[in-house]
Amino acid sequence: MEKTVFDQMNETVYHEQLDNGLNVYILPKKGFNKTYVTFTTNYGSIDNDFIPNGETEFVHVPDGIAHFLEHKMFEKADGDVFQKFSSQGASANAFTSFTRTAYLFSATSNIKENTETLIDFVQDPYFTEQTVEKEKGIIGQEIRMYDDNPDWRVYFGLIENLYKDHPVKIDIAGTVESIAEITKDHLYTCYNTFYHPVNMSLFIVGPVDAGEMMAFVKENQSKKSFPEPVPVERRFPEEAEKAGLEHKEIRMSVNTPKCEVGFKMPASDRTGKDKLREELAASLLLEMLFGRTAGFYEKAYESGLIDDTFGFDYTAERGFSFALVGGDSNDPSTLAERIQTQLLEAKEGGHLTEEAFGRARKKKIGATLRAFNSPEYIANQFTRYQFNELNLFDTVPVLEEMTLQDVTAFAKEMIKAERFSSCFVLPKETA
Amino acid sequence: METTREQTFAKPGYNIHTIETEKFKTNTIIIKMRAPLQKETVTMRALLPHVLQSGTENAPSAAAFRTELDELYGALFFSDSTKKGNEHVLTFTMEAANEKYLHGENGLFDRALTLLADVLFRPHLKEGVFPDKVVQQEKRSLEQRIRSIYDDKTRYASLKLVEEMYGDDPYALPAGGLLGKVGSIDTASLYTYYQKALAEDIIDIFVIGDVKAEEVAAKIESHLPFQNRTATPVQTEPGTGPQEVREIHEKQDINQGKLNIGCRTTITYGDPQFVAMQVANGIFGAFSHSKLFMNVREKESLAYYAASRLDSHKGFVAMLAGIDQKNYEKTVRIMKEQLEEMKNGHISDLEINQTKALLKNQLQESADTARGLVEVLYHNLASGTKRPINQWLEEIDAVTKERAAAAAQTITIDTVYFLSGKEEE
Repeated sequence: MEKTVFDQMNETVYHEQLDNGLNVYILPKKGFNKTYVTFTTNYGSIDNDFIPNGETEFVHVPDGIAHFLEHKMFEKADGDVFQKFSSQGASANAFTSFTRTAYLFSATSNIKENTETLIDFVQDPYFTEQTVEKEKGIIGQEIRMYDDNPDWRVYFGLIENLYKDHPVKIDIAGTVESIAEITKDHLYTCYNTFYHPVNMSLFIVGPVDAGEMMAFVKENQSKKSFPEPVPVERRFPEEAEKAGLEHKEIRMSVNTPKCEVGFKMPASDRTGKDKLREELAASLLLEMLFGRTAGFYEKAYESGLIDDTFGFDYTAERGFSFALVGGDSNDPSTLAERIQTQLLEAKEGGHLTEEAFGRARKKKIGATLRAFNSPEYIANQFTRYQFNELNLFDTVPVLEEMTLQDVTAFAKEMIKAERFSSCFVLPKETA
Repeated sequence: METTREQTFAKPGYNIHTIETEKFKTNTIIIKMRAPLQKETVTMRALLPHVLQSGTENAPSAAAFRTELDELYGALFFSDSTKKGNEHVLTFTMEAANEKYLHGENGLFDRALTLLADVLFRPHLKEGVFPDKVVQQEKRSLEQRIRSIYDDKTRYASLKLVEEMYGDDPYALPAGGLLGKVGSIDTASLYTYYQKALAEDIIDIFVIGDVKAEEVAAKIESHLPFQNRTATPVQTEPGTGPQEVREIHEKQDINQGKLNIGCRTTITYGDPQFVAMQVANGIFGAFSHSKLFMNVREKESLAYYAASRLDSHKGFVAMLAGIDQKNYEKTVRIMKEQLEEMKNGHISDLEINQTKALLKNQLQESADTARGLVEVLYHNLASGTKRPINQWLEEIDAVTKERAAAAAQTITIDTVYFLSGKEEE
């Protein structure tokens, strides 16, 4: 077991890769009541074209299957795993993103039992035609709920615009039609390919003894056998540099129009600290251009173009990255135009002053410290960073090293008009 | 469980509550101001915090104020407006990094406290009142915020049910303000109201973090000069419902129907039976092992979410589900049946044990965030009750199936609200 101490943050992480390939991380958190554990596979909604374990040809699986599989993991021959967690005083959950599926619990007691339940249920799939059919009704309602949510529609609508071919454009839950095609055999194919321990990480954060917990996990894993790991072969279509669609409007039952503008970036070939630097440059850039202290925000707010729903978001995952800016606006066309102008001016160095940089960096350092109060943040982000070959604990030191030059170089390289797209949700009545 | 050191200092006009703990990397100051929920003031109260953070004497614009926060390593400042029974609570939160995690910084806490005091006591004024430009701007934002509730159908349905169910009871008022009342607010009336709220609201101040209680209480007292006052809290009554269950149907152009069933109970937070009520609600609908989830979602695949919520300060229980319109009657029937099951005491050992385990877990987990700690304390303060966490945990353990059923028997269905979409093809 290796121990890494992060002095500045006053945190210590213990790590070991077990014989079966599973990476186990433990971060003891003194003074906390709760222990939070995540068991995550490096597999998400974009991984829909791959060579199944033991086969030689690529297969293409229905949209929404990673999320469907996540739902179905909880059901076993002897009932629902949620029941077991409840009996042990744990609150369990799961989520599926573009590139990850995570199973988790939080509890203040029975930590070993709950950890065992978590590992065992994820490592013991049980799918039948009958239970698969039953889930289609439930997930169908989940999809319909999102269909009525204008914030989700404008967010996903913009991603659909940005990408012409890449599967990031597919809604994580799929559609009512696509999930209708899912069978238990599909689920086993995906499970056997992506849920091998070598493709997974277990993260434990809470008031635990690291040595004891590590031994407990090791003991559990040593009793199980897994096939020899084979590297997962995924295939993704070549994505053009240009946005797939410049603009789209969606009509919904809303009072206030919603506007999102974004741009995609080519998949980064940087790794480690260089990649972290790139990610941080992106978020500092957006803060400097669109944060609450930026002239842009002040002017747009005072003129009534935006309200406090205005914000921005940067996403960088395995194989893709994009930035989104927007919010509610009574004049989405003007807002979209102003955002694009602001970005293009920044490409030429506009708005990127030392003063704004210093402030954005301070803010980001403070936000990172604050985030370390949250076991959820630590476990989820650490795992995301690890899958992307980064280290979460490098964030503050790297930020302290960065200069304005990192941000101006990023803006110059990444911002291009042809990569832009916009999406509006507009009230139906005015159609 | 970690024992955090909690202390209360009674000052003229307000109380300071300190929680000393080293487990956080930030220090947090929270100010809560409560006053009766009233139609005449609810909208001004919703507006006020937004005007206050639009500029201070020292930083006379929103951008200047936000710049000061960013300079304090992105100190987090926000306000919100909520209800506790028939009282209206404004909360101001300031969270700043603990400088021991930063290279060569000091005095962050004092600077954050000064900034918070600037917002409350030294707002940017023009000719003795809030600048008209700021008030107009924030009125427009507030109107947009209220209007956009319509866009989030789940939230809209929840608010609509409460509004319909409570009629003239102040609890019907939305804490975010009334659209029709924004227009008539002007700079002078808002400034007068601000002074009144500052002088008359019931004030509680909380400090959570790596601080020394006595030292920090003295600092608070010197920075936040609240005057002495004699404020009387409002007694919240659950109120009585109609003779017959009311049904309200609304249609919009949406995909999923939102079913919200509103109920009343006479058991509120201060009642000795409150914890039994909390357990009853847990068995009924708060978790993924609860009756509503198991029967509406798992057995019948009718919904993705199916739950019940308890607002213990009012005695309000809501059952919620997102369903297809064609399943309306079936879902209402199942929900009513499950409520009857509760009342008849058809509760298994497993159900009550799971519920107790999860309620205790939730309560213990709440002590892991500064805001969670404050919310637990404030439940007691706002209801004049003494139920510290340890006692609360013991009370949960002591609830029997009979007492949970007896608590459920106090629940009566008042209003069935259904927001539905287009006809099915």
